[in-house]
Amino acid sequence: MPENFEPTIIGFTCNWCSYRAADLAGTARIKYAPNVRLIRMMCSGRLDPTFVLRALSSGADGVMITGCHPGECHYMEQNYKALRRYLLLQRVLKGMGIEPERVKLVWASAAEGARFASETTLFVEEVRKLGPLHWGKFQTSEGERRKDESSSFIVHPSAFEKELPA
Amino acid sequence: MTVNGNKPKFAMYWAASCGGCEIAVLNIHEKILDVDANFDVVFWPVAMDAKYKDLEGMEDGTILLTLFNGGIRNEENEHIAKLLRQKSQILVAFGSCACEGCIPGLANLSPVGEIVNTAFNTVTTDNPDEIYPLTSFDVPEGELQLPKLVPILRPLDQVVEVDYYMPGCPPESHQITAVIDLVIKVIRGEAELPPKGAVIGVGDSTVCDECTRARNVKMIKEFKRIQDIAPADPALCLLEQGIPCNGPATRSGCQARCPQAGAQCIGCYGPAQGVLDYGARLMTALASVIDAKAPEGIEKILDGIPDPVGQVYRFSLPGSLLKANRAAWRVKPN
Repeated sequence: MPENFEPTIIGFTCNWCSYRAADLAGTARIKYAPNVRLIRMMCSGRLDPTFVLRALSSGADGVMITGCHPGECHYMEQNYKALRRYLLLQRVLKGMGIEPERVKLVWASAAEGARFASETTLFVEEVRKLGPLHWGKFQTSEGERRKDESSSFIVHPSAFEKELPA
Repeated sequence: MTVNGNKPKFAMYWAASCGGCEIAVLNIHEKILDVDANFDVVFWPVAMDAKYKDLEGMEDGTILLTLFNGGIRNEENEHIAKLLRQKSQILVAFGSCACEGCIPGLANLSPVGEIVNTAFNTVTTDNPDEIYPLTSFDVPEGELQLPKLVPILRPLDQVVEVDYYMPGCPPESHQITAVIDLVIKVIRGEAELPPKGAVIGVGDSTVCDECTRARNVKMIKEFKRIQDIAPADPALCLLEQGIPCNGPATRSGCQARCPQAGAQCIGCYGPAQGVLDYGARLMTALASVIDAKAPEGIEKILDGIPDPVGQVYRFSLPGSLLKANRAAWRVKPN
């Protein structure tokens, strides 16, 4: 892992709570890690797992999903849906060889700017420890596989002992 | 097989597939006579003798219609895919394997070395000397070669440009018949081809839409395997009975064959219209029926899905956003 690895994090925020928490963190001038790129949605229930997979496969090292606290959803119960999807998604990610810790679910109310900031900083450090995901790069190198690369690929099982270190 | 230079030429090829697509084509019964009457079959390794050399010798664009089934698993598959692309005017990714990888695509969960090891040196294969196939071997007559495996299986459109997609494992006979009828009409100038890139021989909705089982408010306390429910209610939605059914994410076109026969949909028709990632859509659908709010309760219900990746990506892993397990990506050549 390079010394100066800066994780790229995509953050999904809900319009009614966590986006306002982020806003509050900003107006209160609370400092937090700048690695997260926030995307506002109307509700965490809008979070299609496609968004997470798209982010991870396009080069993000981690994804943060945020929403209102359980029982406080602006749309009644949609954050529970987000929770269920998130828990299933984590199982699928594990099966795909991705550390489930790369996707984090955080509840933050509109008043919790400080919490939003500290959770973000914490998550960035967690992902930094995990190292780069590099999924996008794998895809590129596979999609545009050079001829010499494929011809040196042998079928003997010793081939897979020479994996790259994480 | 008539030798008639004036008839449009037809080809069919299998790459990493099981051969079921070929059987499905033959399963169109007397319609196959229409194929023969309207087409000159020039290349179809399963049905007739043809050499790759013959194909290589054809002028570009000679073949009007090529049905390509199977994923790209080795260098031979890739070579023929590129060759057929060059020689064909219309290249159809035929069947789930060519469209999104299908069952052979689940091998993308393992590094290729592990796959070879499982095939040639496990309890089912006695191989004490650890002898593995070589990709080239010198004999007095020259060098013998076997195509090399590539690290991950890819659907056809990740290797060459594809004109149309026809999903299904295999595509239903009535859909094949409809497509063949359409192509014949196009040849006669009575119809027009659908826009390039279209998914053909399918419906534009989901399997649930074609399924006649009754749907109420779906909320379940437990996921169960179908064999553990005896007997499942024949008139009620399977998902509502706790059986993970892939219908909500799967494209219609099969007339909901499996749910109608009492088995859950397993998703062979691929992602429904507008769905980018099949598994993601299915995760959304499955998660929304879970009747629990606390993480512990949700986890307990999710334990009822023993193989989450296999459940949500059974037919579509190589065509998904992530495409393969990290371990399979990470295999590096020497």
